[in-house]
Amino acid sequence: MANREAVLQVAGLQTHFFTFGGARVIKAVDGVSFTLREGETLGLVGESGSGKTTTCMSIVGLLPRAGRIVGGRVLFEGEDLTRKSQRELRRIRGRQIAVILQDPMASLNPLFTIYRQVAEPAFFHQHLRGRSLRERVQGLLRAVRIPSPEWRMREYPHQMSGGMRQRIVGAIALAGGPKLVIADEPTTNLDVTIQAQYLDLLKDIQQETGVALIFVTHNLGIVAKMCDRVAVMYAGKIVEQAPVRELFDDPKHPYTRALLGSMPKLGNKEPLYSIRGQPPNPANLPDGCAFHPRCPDVMSRCMTEEPPDFRPGDGSVARCWLLDDVLARS
Amino acid sequence: MSSPVLEVRNLKKHFPVRRRLFGGPATWVKAVDGVDLAIQAGQTLGLIGESGCGKTTTSKLILKQETPTSGTIRFEGRDIASLHGADLMAYRRAVQVVFQDPFSSLSPRMRVRDIVAEPLEIHTDLPRGAIDERVGKVLELVGLPPDVAPLFPHEFSGGQRQRIAIARALATDTRLIVLDEPVSALDVSVRAQIINQLEELQRSLGVSYLFIGHDLATVAHISHRIAVMYLGKIVETAEADALCARPMHPYTKALFAAALPSHPDQRTQEKTVTGEVPSALSLPSGCRFHPRCPSVMPICAQIEPTLRRRDGGGRGAICTTCACTAPGMIRG
Repeated sequence: MANREAVLQVAGLQTHFFTFGGARVIKAVDGVSFTLREGETLGLVGESGSGKTTTCMSIVGLLPRAGRIVGGRVLFEGEDLTRKSQRELRRIRGRQIAVILQDPMASLNPLFTIYRQVAEPAFFHQHLRGRSLRERVQGLLRAVRIPSPEWRMREYPHQMSGGMRQRIVGAIALAGGPKLVIADEPTTNLDVTIQAQYLDLLKDIQQETGVALIFVTHNLGIVAKMCDRVAVMYAGKIVEQAPVRELFDDPKHPYTRALLGSMPKLGNKEPLYSIRGQPPNPANLPDGCAFHPRCPDVMSRCMTEEPPDFRPGDGSVARCWLLDDVLARS
Repeated sequence: MSSPVLEVRNLKKHFPVRRRLFGGPATWVKAVDGVDLAIQAGQTLGLIGESGCGKTTTSKLILKQETPTSGTIRFEGRDIASLHGADLMAYRRAVQVVFQDPFSSLSPRMRVRDIVAEPLEIHTDLPRGAIDERVGKVLELVGLPPDVAPLFPHEFSGGQRQRIAIARALATDTRLIVLDEPVSALDVSVRAQIINQLEELQRSLGVSYLFIGHDLATVAHISHRIAVMYLGKIVETAEADALCARPMHPYTKALFAAALPSHPDQRTQEKTVTGEVPSALSLPSGCRFHPRCPSVMPICAQIEPTLRRRDGGGRGAICTTCACTAPGMIRG
């Protein structure tokens, strides 16, 4: 895996929101770095407001008006996307990078047929027309296991079930033959058995096409099922990043440990580990380490100094002062 | 075992669907179609199933928000259909509900004190001072400081709001709380707080829960017994441990196969069930699960299996009931 080509390199990405005419600055993403290789799946985990979605939207240049990238680089196949114009980005989105959002009903236009919506990327990016376009659409629908696509493509989104709609969105995402797919909580609205089907489908497609995947989720179970690497976000920063087994076997950051402990496990009835307090308000972050008011292992240093990235050596990176002591002792 | 707090027998709720334009026969959605449940005092019954399977309709019937088409619901031995006047008020005091989304279940115009006090004002004639005292007490029970009483719901996070909703449900002399997906809308780190809180309240107050959910791990964690529902029917009920150790019905097995692993090493290669839940308007013949069932037999399309007692892992007292014709599932 390590010697495969890097598809995406995000380095020191900072995206801030400026509200009240710039009087208030919200550091939604504050120094996020990660690398994604071909065929790899990165899980971006965090609670609501931790900056996972803003990170993804910064990559594809779809930030709301108040949001601005104020620092860092997003290298996609060697080119810095933060320096591209919207016009140039439009040629990349839908062709090389595709996005799957949480609510398929919001991503699909209720007034157009499935055919028209799935055909759009191939029409604009690959300039297919007529029969070849129709065949391409049918092929895509077949790839996402829509039964009898030649009939289904004439229908409208409201005629489909939730799981099918999300598969249609998947077909649109694949239409341009992307190198990178960003899936932002794609299964949150789906039932458990439908969710499992969809996750299996994404995996199969990834194996066939070698597409790199960023999976945004708050569900560590999905991470355990899908991902190769995990980045845990808290208050706009990646607090821990590690290969998935390392993260589950030996979590370094207290927040990661707490998240894992608060997950109910089948066949275990002991009280769940619970994190005290709530996620912080991104407009008013605590000093020092943003997690310190909730941290069970808090030290005086955590309240004033922000921890840097520590690399304990097994491929993981974590921002916690506890590791400073551990590393110093060893 | 003592008699159950709540006993549901052959409960049915059919909703009529608009007649066709030229007087064709009206069709019915059989949202709940012959459900049996029992909740023991101080215990939790988990009701699990996918959307549209009738979980919420069942809870509405229990809360007397809907009238059943047929069947009985007995609370502490009395049929609730016959309750009127003071008895009905007493029932409403004893059975309360907590909904999924604490952002829409609490009025934004009411202060926490008034939200929690409302059931007391309706159901009791306590003086103001006594009500305030009770409000402070239940807030403390759910882990909120009593001085939050004058605040409005928007000043709280999702987890705290859900605590307020639980406090409201506990305010009267509550013996059964219907929890309709109470943690699904909350952040992961907060879910554990609420689940632990609910378990602790049950231990200290002896209140019973009907916990409705779709996440197997969460339901299994909090429940003593679990009932699995599919298209208006209970397909399997068992003690939570027995169900997790040895799911019997193919649908329950499918739910376990679809459950997410808690560690990357537990990734299964098992293929999950195919297809989707059929429309409740046109139910499949025979066993409702047969079009999706991996071990379907010809007989499944003809005869609808009924819930039968199975030997749940050899322990006599534990009874598992399962609706499946397949002889293969009785093995062991």
